[in-house]
Amino acid sequence: MSKILVIAEHLNGKLNSSTARAVSAAAAVKPEAIDVLVLADNADAIAAEAAKIDGVSRVLTIARAENAHPLAAVLAPQIAKAAAGYSHVFAPSTTFGKDVLPRVAALLGVAQVSDVMSVEGSHTFKRPIYAGNAIITVEADAGSTVVATIRTASWSAAASGTNSAPVEALSVDAALPSHTRFVELQSGKSDRPDLQSASKVVSGGRGVGSKENFDIIYKFADKIGAGVGASRAAVDAGYVPSDLQVGQTGKIIAPELYMAIGISGAIQHLTGIKDAGTIVAINKDGEAPIFEIADIGLVGDLFKIIPELEQAL
Amino acid sequence: MKILVGYKRVVDYNVRIQVKPDGTGVVTDGVKLSANPFDDIALEEALRLREKGVAEEVVVVGIGPADLTAHLRNGLAMGANRAIHVVTTDAVQPLTAARIFQKLIEKEQPGLVILGKQAIDDDANQTGQMLAALWDRPQATFASKVEIADGKVTVTREVDAGLEVIEAELPAVITTDLRLNEPRFIKLPDIMKAKSKPIDTIEFGSLGVEANDHLKTTHYAAPAKRSKGVMVKDAAELVAALKQKGLL
Repeated sequence: MSKILVIAEHLNGKLNSSTARAVSAAAAVKPEAIDVLVLADNADAIAAEAAKIDGVSRVLTIARAENAHPLAAVLAPQIAKAAAGYSHVFAPSTTFGKDVLPRVAALLGVAQVSDVMSVEGSHTFKRPIYAGNAIITVEADAGSTVVATIRTASWSAAASGTNSAPVEALSVDAALPSHTRFVELQSGKSDRPDLQSASKVVSGGRGVGSKENFDIIYKFADKIGAGVGASRAAVDAGYVPSDLQVGQTGKIIAPELYMAIGISGAIQHLTGIKDAGTIVAINKDGEAPIFEIADIGLVGDLFKIIPELEQAL
Repeated sequence: MKILVGYKRVVDYNVRIQVKPDGTGVVTDGVKLSANPFDDIALEEALRLREKGVAEEVVVVGIGPADLTAHLRNGLAMGANRAIHVVTTDAVQPLTAARIFQKLIEKEQPGLVILGKQAIDDDANQTGQMLAALWDRPQATFASKVEIADGKVTVTREVDAGLEVIEAELPAVITTDLRLNEPRFIKLPDIMKAKSKPIDTIEFGSLGVEANDHLKTTHYAAPAKRSKGVMVKDAAELVAALKQKGLL
């Protein structure tokens, strides 16, 4: 039988919702236990949140000053030790999970399955390759630990609230390196819904034209309570910070509503939004590739259409 | 300091991939191949470090069949001093690639290894992290800015929460994000010069790296198609359609 260790992602003392998505994928393996591992300097509040997630059997904490920031070189040896006795180690396929988990896999001497979209069996998974243009079924070696990152856009977050899993402090005997140090995090602070968990997202592209013009996107997003995203062209042109980028090299999202405004729809962008519920495209070029995957399309000038949309709301 | 750069050849990023109808793979015959875009950025960064005097030598490393030589010549034309070609006809998974790099590191003793953050064919995003683990050295993934001074590298990393700055002692592994730099174009005289630059050829079998693939791909499929959409003629119609779906 399977026992799964899910690595918790957190920031500023709060559990990230990507953790509950990884728990959903773990549940799909139908294991006998799902334990969540919290590595932090102060793990209590995070562990308490993790303990409430449905399906979690135990929450294990490793609270050390060295774990104050998620440095892969520091966390990986601890996770590799904690993995003993588990058949699977899962982490969300966020920049956190992508950074740390391959390091864990190499320490364990095993391969990693990246971006699990679906679980077909305890060792069989589906994952995207070629920017989502092909989906492969992969079989992991049944004799070794399965290390996998979970594509958050493919899984909804496990419900939270009714569970109260026990929290246990774990001590692992792992030598931690001092060769890597955290300096600072410059975060693009925003009161808007987080791009990756927002149910609605409004994205702007090159067609928006300038940093100043992007205000029209922000205003419209605020009006409908949406998160804001952008294409790579808009990021490269300096209209918005890079953490808003949606696509193969940015964030992969699956909101209920995705509105692409002034975005032509390069393959790399479409990869990031393929699983969105309803895709709306607004573009003045009726031939733009975005219309091939849009559920609702509107050809026209965004500077004329957005005020009209606001009026019609 | 010597810098090793991973230089993978992949299906060009503009190609629309077709899955074979029998599910055994994707069509690669006659398809345009190019440098993995993240690897071009890795090579560019290494060349800039050499131009700043931080590094003396830049070595591009390719793993693949005999005809990979032409691809490595492109790296040499871009400015690498020499190339290492690890010859194998088998597809190489990230863990095996990391083990190959580890062997090359033992021999070459680089001060820095720069790889792309992911290859756009397998989209794995693993090799750099795995190499750093096997080598027991720092890793700085998703780099958008790299500064080297006093045996240390300061890297700005593109993370979901914004930009994270870390500091690591050398030697280290860096993986590149798109915004690190704009790779230079290859000029004709450089293509001529590249012909006389050395390429070391190493048989994969001679490295003593296990080749067993831990992950078996059993099936390839095209992604699920979205159903055909509708066009609306104005903003009012769009709002009505979204309200009907309960989205507004």
